[in-house]
Amino acid sequence: MNKLPEPKQPEKLIDDKGLRIDGRRLDELRPIKLEVGLLDKADGSAYIEQGKNKILVAVYGPREAHPKHIAMPERAVIRCRYHMAPFSVDERKNPAPSRREMELSKVIRESLEPVVLTDLYPRTTIDLFIEVLQSDGGSRCAGITAASLALADAGIPMKEMVAACAVGKIEGKLALDLSDAEDKYGEADIPVALVPNAGLVTLLQMDGHLTLSEFEQGFTMALEACKTLHAMQREVLKKKYATIKEAAEEREEAEVVA
Amino acid sequence: MSATPQLPPVAKLEQKTVIDLVAKGKRIDERGPESYRPIQIQVGLIEKANGSAQVHLGKSKVLAGIKVQIGTPFPDTPDEGVLTVNAELVPLASPSFEAGPPSEAAIELSRVVDRGIRESKALDMKSLVLQKGKTVQVVYVDIYVLDHDGNLIDAASMAALAALVNSKVSKMEVKGDEVINKGGHHQLPLNNYPVAVTFAKVDRTIIVDPSLEEEQVMNARLTVTIDKNGDICAMQKGGLYGFTPDEVRKAVHMAVGKAAENRARIMAAAKG
Amino acid sequence: MDMVLVAEPKQVVAPGEVLAEGDHLLGDNAYRIGTKIFSACVGILEVDGNRVFVVPLKGGYFPRVGDLVAGRIVDIGLSGWLVDIRAPYEAMLPASETPGPRGPRRRDLSTSYEVGDMVLAEILAFDRTRDPLLTVKGPGLGKVASGRVVEISAAKIPRLIGRKGSMISMLKKETDCQITVGQNGVVMVWGKSPESERVAVEAIYMVEREAHTRGLTDRIREMISRSRVVEQVAGTQTA
Repeated sequence: MNKLPEPKQPEKLIDDKGLRIDGRRLDELRPIKLEVGLLDKADGSAYIEQGKNKILVAVYGPREAHPKHIAMPERAVIRCRYHMAPFSVDERKNPAPSRREMELSKVIRESLEPVVLTDLYPRTTIDLFIEVLQSDGGSRCAGITAASLALADAGIPMKEMVAACAVGKIEGKLALDLSDAEDKYGEADIPVALVPNAGLVTLLQMDGHLTLSEFEQGFTMALEACKTLHAMQREVLKKKYATIKEAAEEREEAEVVA
Repeated sequence: MSATPQLPPVAKLEQKTVIDLVAKGKRIDERGPESYRPIQIQVGLIEKANGSAQVHLGKSKVLAGIKVQIGTPFPDTPDEGVLTVNAELVPLASPSFEAGPPSEAAIELSRVVDRGIRESKALDMKSLVLQKGKTVQVVYVDIYVLDHDGNLIDAASMAALAALVNSKVSKMEVKGDEVINKGGHHQLPLNNYPVAVTFAKVDRTIIVDPSLEEEQVMNARLTVTIDKNGDICAMQKGGLYGFTPDEVRKAVHMAVGKAAENRARIMAAAKG
Repeated sequence: MDMVLVAEPKQVVAPGEVLAEGDHLLGDNAYRIGTKIFSACVGILEVDGNRVFVVPLKGGYFPRVGDLVAGRIVDIGLSGWLVDIRAPYEAMLPASETPGPRGPRRRDLSTSYEVGDMVLAEILAFDRTRDPLLTVKGPGLGKVASGRVVEISAAKIPRLIGRKGSMISMLKKETDCQITVGQNGVVMVWGKSPESERVAVEAIYMVEREAHTRGLTDRIREMISRSRVVEQVAGTQTA
């Protein structure tokens, strides 16, 4: 059978210098790349790379609700599909939606519901498609961070953007932004999404084992990371539109000089 | 695809009544914000199951059955048995449940209860192995919701735990290619006793164990699953809004005491 | 109370960004929490007196009563046609809102408009409870028999029209084309030749791309005249 050998369990998740397998410190985020407006047909789109995660998000809407019976008379319905590409993980994943994908679709949708001004578009749907092209731990959080950008890129009015990040426990120590191996062989994982101005936590899950005090520390760490990500989101959006402005102005100056 | 659920079929007047009462510190059934509804637990009702329990939480009714069968381990854990948790929101339990494949609510319920049991290492997975890499015991936890009057997660979590505590398994041995049942009955070995505690945020008040009417007006809900040592093994936020960080911290602290109370009830009922 | 601008006017702002603090009046896409005013979309911050608002950089068309729109017939019903006006809601053009004979002679609606036809229409009615209602009773309205259909972001239409119609007038004059601008981002172009239509279409896309830049009108005029030079040269070479 075509089976790749299982990646081996790493000997240590934290080395004697206090660095993780990928060289990060415990409180360090993975390298992040954010892009908006990269798809042509979608109303809004965004792409995120966070460590080895590669996630593409598209937004269609607000558009007429089909079938009509799912529409709500006073607001838009938000629909969210979190889906992993079959080649996104070590062992090929069956493309049919799994129970995990269904749960994640729900919690991701619920993390974004509070910020979208759905009252402005009754009887429509706003559709969010999150495609995980490559997965390496923390994909639901990265998906939420990118989904907020895609919604903003679609011009859908929203109170603010939502940023998300996970904190975990590896070899007894709290660590920010777990990779897949760290989540698999670690002791706990807490994905968190924060709406910063309103100060609301809109995604919160946990699995593993944590004392109350460990949870408190980890939770606070995750909230801080969300604020960092939020600043990155804002920068990406402003930069995208500022560059168009700058490029045209540069050309104009060049012509004047010529 | 997950879609914003349709509004619950409740008059705005009623919704307002519930919200106003909660804000005043009283609830529609006159409980305080930190009180559970009356809880009744019965075990051993389904003789064909290895273990079973029925929980009445207020008017919500959930039945859990445990079946222990022989199966093969997962390829990446050849030295562990298998745990599968499945919840069904059967149509007879509520006008809003339809027949068909599990809804996202059923899946979420299954996975939250599963996380509690799995992450607290309640089951000694290694003790379920009969032949490493080949033959293991598979523990099926099947949760059947019979009547939906709110807070199915806590009712299901209690029913699952009570059913596990109630479960008896016979001694199994592998001889050549066959698995022989050597008879006898011993309690399914358990190392931990996780209990889920669910909070709802109604406007700005946090209440424990929301009834259906309270779920219909709540902003958001937070489930915290606590193990026998008072540590956290699972959490799940649900609903269309959110909690402030301080509300989260307050709920987590309250969960420890509530879980202990309910655990005591479960152990008393299951052992009796 | 003091009114302070926090973000810079004419600059890009993001959702959730603080625009101002104080008693400002709230215009489009600005909302208030306490004393702070925030942006509700990605756009350009504009300040008009003490009114703060954000002009969105992107966004679909949201129907408004009285708007001129260009739409495509997508279905024929019992009493009218369904029209795609590139909005979150499908529009309805009832037969009663078309000029022409009434009564039993008017049985077959497909003799008026077919699926795929383009129409210029006006939004007669629209509110939260029902889809937009169109009419083609009016000068210049009705089926569009020829020309190019250009679809751009509805948010850029004001720029395409320009202050007091300056941009659109310039485009029509320089390209020698007839151009009708639908508020819904659909623009109809008719030229004397496919070549002049192509230049006009290119100019419209350029406005969409560079809407928020300085000196756009001059750059477009430049582009159009360069294209015409190429056209003329090509013309003389083939002649």
